[in-house]
Amino acid sequence: MHPQLSSHPAHGSATDRRLNSMLRHIDPSIASSSLSSMDSQISASPTSGFHGDSVFAHVAQAPEDSILGVTVAYNKDPSPIKLNLGVGAYRTEEGKPVVLNVVRKAEQLLVNDRSRVKEYLPIVGLADFNKLSAKLIFGADSPAIQENRVTTVQCLSGTGSLRVGAEFLGRHYHERTIYIPQPTWGNHPKIFNLGGLSVKYYRYYDPATRGLHFQGLLEDLGSAPTGAIVLLHACAHNPTGVDPTLEQWAQIRQLMRSKGLLPFFDSAYQGFASGSLDADAQSVRMFVADGGECLVAQSYAKNMGLYGERVGALSIVCKNADVASRVESQLKLVIRPMFSNPPIHGASIVATILKDMNMYDEWTVELKAMADRIISMRHKLFEALRAKDTPGDWSHIIKQIGMFTFTGLNSEQVAFMTKEYHIYMTSDGRISMAGLSSKTVPHLADAIHAAVTRVR
Amino acid sequence: MLLLNMPQWDQDLNEEKPYCDIGITREYLVQGAYRDDNGKPVVLECVREAERRIAGNANMEYLPMGGSIKMIEETVKLAYGEDSHLIKDKRIAAVQALSGTGACRLFADFQKRFSPDSQIYIPVPTWANHHNIWRDAQVPQRTYHYYHPESRGLDFAALMDDIKNASKGSFFLLHACAHNPTGVDPSEEQWKEISYQFKVKGHFAFFDMAYQGFASGDPERDAKSIRIFLEDGHLIGCAQSYAKNMGLYGQRVGCLSVVCEDEKQAVAVKSQLQQLARPMYSNPPVHGALIVSTILGDPDLKKLWLKEVKDMADRIIGMRTALRENLEKLGSPLSWEHVTKQIGMFCYSGMTPEQVDRLTSEFHIYLTRNGRISMAGVTTGNVGYLANAIHEITKSG
Repeated sequence: MHPQLSSHPAHGSATDRRLNSMLRHIDPSIASSSLSSMDSQISASPTSGFHGDSVFAHVAQAPEDSILGVTVAYNKDPSPIKLNLGVGAYRTEEGKPVVLNVVRKAEQLLVNDRSRVKEYLPIVGLADFNKLSAKLIFGADSPAIQENRVTTVQCLSGTGSLRVGAEFLGRHYHERTIYIPQPTWGNHPKIFNLGGLSVKYYRYYDPATRGLHFQGLLEDLGSAPTGAIVLLHACAHNPTGVDPTLEQWAQIRQLMRSKGLLPFFDSAYQGFASGSLDADAQSVRMFVADGGECLVAQSYAKNMGLYGERVGALSIVCKNADVASRVESQLKLVIRPMFSNPPIHGASIVATILKDMNMYDEWTVELKAMADRIISMRHKLFEALRAKDTPGDWSHIIKQIGMFTFTGLNSEQVAFMTKEYHIYMTSDGRISMAGLSSKTVPHLADAIHAAVTRVR
Repeated sequence: MLLLNMPQWDQDLNEEKPYCDIGITREYLVQGAYRDDNGKPVVLECVREAERRIAGNANMEYLPMGGSIKMIEETVKLAYGEDSHLIKDKRIAAVQALSGTGACRLFADFQKRFSPDSQIYIPVPTWANHHNIWRDAQVPQRTYHYYHPESRGLDFAALMDDIKNASKGSFFLLHACAHNPTGVDPSEEQWKEISYQFKVKGHFAFFDMAYQGFASGDPERDAKSIRIFLEDGHLIGCAQSYAKNMGLYGQRVGCLSVVCEDEKQAVAVKSQLQQLARPMYSNPPVHGALIVSTILGDPDLKKLWLKEVKDMADRIIGMRTALRENLEKLGSPLSWEHVTKQIGMFCYSGMTPEQVDRLTSEFHIYLTRNGRISMAGVTTGNVGYLANAIHEITKSG
């Protein structure tokens, strides 16, 4: 039977299409065997073609991402004095995004090297990048690395590393529950759920002190089932900026090891928090030093400013080299049906910088400058609030660390600040210190002062 | 199924490339990556130029979750046609994806979430990773007849039977052009019949288009199957990749698109695709997308790209001709017509696994055991050697 094709492309309006499908519903005597004659009547008309209802007609629009929605709203605001403190990306004093000089240098080296090709990377990614990333987080002299107990695979930034790790655990680990801190980055629960894990929370932030709820943390992890997975922010907790002290980390480590809890570190801010790459890796290294196993997701989005290049790595520290090798083979089976092999550009930039002593040093200097600028913004804001005698204890602003401050402001106060002062931030009271400059601190201080005194 | 026993990815063979130290060259005809006539990998000139323009100028901020708007705009034009009314009517939900793999995976996840009772029909044979992708998305799979070993062509009758026998509204994976691994494509007439039968059964067509431009040398011609379906009013899905046709393999640049009833639905579908991308990688990589949008957005660079793509396709077509002619000149008793009938990067030679093993052990020629030859690895320098070796192995029938 020759297909009856209209000679014109199907230009049917949505109305035409609905009429066509309604027709089939209205007359139930149209059996499927006569459908083809029905179709030939339909397709004879030059302005309609076959249009069954879309199989995805029922798909509802997803809600706007709450963090990205902040920037959308900010962009719409016509006020000349607006401030975007939602963005989790570094900004200069002038409010501009930055590409590190050392990154530009690396880029030029790559572009000028005509011998470079753009072939597929291996499934596990760029070998140099993987080795250097492991050294960066575990320390160059880490025994775990020397004993070949670490497998590292290149992934798409922190998100991708977490997802590949979650999928691996979902398939191969006997405990399918991961404990994550309350609160945590909004994307964490989704990543783990889709990876096949169920999510439970452990107490972390104490609104009363605007600090760590250490007692609650110990209790909740203490009552977790043996072997459960625990997500730990390696440093610069997102969104609170509240980190355990080294002593507290030691206690956490001891508790977790005694219960066989499996640590899964999210390291998105190494070097960016304190300004020191080694200091910011202490929590991870403490766990690795005891010979136990753990997972670590690394991101170069912030500390190398490579945001959009999606560069990261997942490392799994295993008991011995044989296990590590088998684990790696299984990671490949997770990666292959997800994206086959990771993107080459960003990883090449990282490897170029990390393997060259001079470029590495340059990087640490630029990194420290970014971290220092943020720390100075913290101090400026704190001073400004103190000078205004704003009610409340604002010391958490300088105690918290990293890109974000959990101000402690409630959603009504946040809404007030947006409406009256054009300050854009997430409704949980989180502000990105990276979005502040010495010029804009006074405006923010005014806004906070007004919110605290006029809105409960 | 033989295919599933294959090494997971021919890349794995690529990773260790032992070059024999006594001077015998090994011919690798395995990799799915283009080589020039010297057997070297190629970076297109248009890509080099684009990179020169990008380096030092672009910042590296996050792309939106759905990827680069500009890149997506140019990419859907390629698949759907520059003047497509679907584009004008904003009926296409499209997101940047991690090359073809990522586009297929996003669609599979979307299919699982919004058509949870559906299955996917996959051709036999197909790219091995297709099975992995839909399996990991937890979408049940069925197969449909495709390759006809006796004729080394399309098993059209069996294919049509499978389409007719599938329950109404089934999801089918179709290779838009240059079927991987066989190189066997339906003719235009056959595509029209397939499209018609899909109408009758209300099937959903998902096109994997990894070789647009690379197959015939003409991107418009290579999109013909898709255009036929669109003319018939199908609401298709499509995975596109720039890995081969722009040589951007390692950059992982691609696009997933879904045709919707109207703009409102397209917005909704795109928002849901983004919801799937967010917990996988948050937002896609910027560099490859910038290369694509730089090239396709500049008329001169685009012209250069079209020429370079045609050159690559022509070289491969030339090698097919040369291989066949060589075999015929050697007096092979077998028909090698399929070598020039098949299209794209791969040739399904019809050799058995045992014959392939002999090819490797006696002649140091590496193929995948299903007899698939990567024509991209064939050069004027080695085609004679290859023909000779194949003839030696197959001449006794």
